[in-house]
Amino acid sequence: MLYRTAGQFKTTYKADQALFPVRQDAVLLAIILLFAWVIFPLTASEFAFQTLLIPIMIYALAALGLNILTGYAGQLSLGTAAFMGVGAYACYKMVTLMPWMNPILAILLSGIFSAGVGVAFGIPSLRIKGFYLAIATLAAQFFLVWLFEKWAWLYNYNASGAIQVPNLDIFGIYVAGPQASSVVQYFVVLGIVTLLTLLCINLTRGNLGRTWKATRDMDIAAELIGINLMKSKLTAFAVSSYVVGVAGALFVFMWRGAAEPNLFDIPLSFRILFIAIIGGLGSILGNYLGAILIVGLPVVLGIVPEALGLPVSSAMVEHLNIMIVGGLIIFFLIIEPHGLARLWALIREKLILWPFPH
Amino acid sequence: MKDTDGYMTEDGRQIGGVLMEMKNITLRFGGVVAIQDISFDVREGEIRAIIGPNGAGKSSMLNVISGFYHPQEGEVWYKGERRPAMKPYEVARLGVARTFQNIALFEGMSVLDNVMTGRLTHMHAGIGAQALWWGTARDEEIANRRKVEEVIDFLEIQHIRKTPVGTLPYGLKKRVELARALAAQPSILLLDEPMAGMNVEEKEDMSRFILDVNDEFGTTIALIEHDMGVVMDISDRVVVMDYGKKIGDGTPEEVRSNQDVIDAYLGVAH
Repeated sequence: MLYRTAGQFKTTYKADQALFPVRQDAVLLAIILLFAWVIFPLTASEFAFQTLLIPIMIYALAALGLNILTGYAGQLSLGTAAFMGVGAYACYKMVTLMPWMNPILAILLSGIFSAGVGVAFGIPSLRIKGFYLAIATLAAQFFLVWLFEKWAWLYNYNASGAIQVPNLDIFGIYVAGPQASSVVQYFVVLGIVTLLTLLCINLTRGNLGRTWKATRDMDIAAELIGINLMKSKLTAFAVSSYVVGVAGALFVFMWRGAAEPNLFDIPLSFRILFIAIIGGLGSILGNYLGAILIVGLPVVLGIVPEALGLPVSSAMVEHLNIMIVGGLIIFFLIIEPHGLARLWALIREKLILWPFPH
Repeated sequence: MKDTDGYMTEDGRQIGGVLMEMKNITLRFGGVVAIQDISFDVREGEIRAIIGPNGAGKSSMLNVISGFYHPQEGEVWYKGERRPAMKPYEVARLGVARTFQNIALFEGMSVLDNVMTGRLTHMHAGIGAQALWWGTARDEEIANRRKVEEVIDFLEIQHIRKTPVGTLPYGLKKRVELARALAAQPSILLLDEPMAGMNVEEKEDMSRFILDVNDEFGTTIALIEHDMGVVMDISDRVVVMDYGKKIGDGTPEEVRSNQDVIDAYLGVAH
């Protein structure tokens, strides 16, 4: 009843191609945006900002970047964390070389560097596919982390070998560094994530998105209907790496505050790949659902024993956490192998028909 | 020099000049000669069939036309010019569209999106405009959607417009594939066994669509088909291949009475 689409007729192609042709979807999104932009900032605690809201959005953005490459264009990548690192180091170099630069602009520009590196490492995709390409991107992963460690210029020759986010302000309001408040950082992250998500939705539903999906589904047919596979794959690498790079810059500048090279090692790549797969490859919404599950669930599970007054040691909580999250991931993949986004699509379909079975 | 005047078909359609000409094509895969010294032409507005027993080299010939294979010898002439060796996607942009023997649709996309991919050679908006869904990108999206809807209407697949292609039955998939090729508004349409695996009714439907496409849009069609009855009924001229060689060329009647063709199909008493 609540989700009935009957009676919503479209009389122009423009209306049919609107972002949300179904009215209920638009309402739902408006409610979510209201929560994200107004209610959370007013009510969330420091803890919620730092362990839930900010990391979920940053991880979701990184997964979105990976999803464009793997889910839409069908090119498997295991180098996501390294491309995040490129974004983070590029941003660090920009704000330290040009301290007058607007930090948000620096974050947005840092994606361009990772896009360039992504395209360079995407060139093998013209010849190799699938698992073999994954190995090639794994080379990017190892090479770039090695580079972050060895190229002292990247971390301004400081003794620790790590990058430390300086205090950065826009018109006197600190947005990054030790003095920045969580609410401000939250708004910066939310703004950038909202903007990039919107742009990615448009790209994936338009001509470029169809080109990518055609390349993914059947590359030979794609080429024979006029798709330049090289261009299609490399634009996917560029857009994907751009988004991932911006996510990397946010990751360090808006959340971690500091980074060592091994932060961008392969476990982070896998974590983001998990988010994309569990959320649903080839979906935008899935990245958010996946990030909520992978990032949010451990936090919630960590609070539960304390809230129930159970005498469990913190080490025990951590181990239980890993087991439960692992079990849930398997459970979700068994009930819906195509990810949480598909699960939501099925629920939505049922809701449209409800209460009638057909 | 060949005449460019064309001819009149039995049913009174005017066939134009030569649109595409294959000159002495030879294609080898290592020691295997798939096509040996074959020449033929396709005229504007014509339905041209390539037939032959299994392994005769028909699909190889179609792949040469669509630029997927590059022949070792011979030339492909298209619209009065010699076509240099080019990539398949460049050939497609010259107005050559095709369907495939084993359906090659994009299974993860809806019917509408699949047909829209046929239009992508006509869409030129930059990545920025697309990301913003603004200006040329949005206008193009709407204008091309209109074209696509015409094709969808023409092939009577309106009801499955938003269905994922993967869930469709075989006959409809074939029709969607034809729609995708037609959406490109090609100068020449290549059909690789459009009736393979269909029942009589579906074959009739498909034949009707092929004739209608030719009739309504004036599209030149080159097709490969196994079903003799269909080929003889719908095509204007037929090329017959056997073991990579051309053994017959002409109207269906001429081909039917050609002794080499009869031998190839029925076998020869030794």
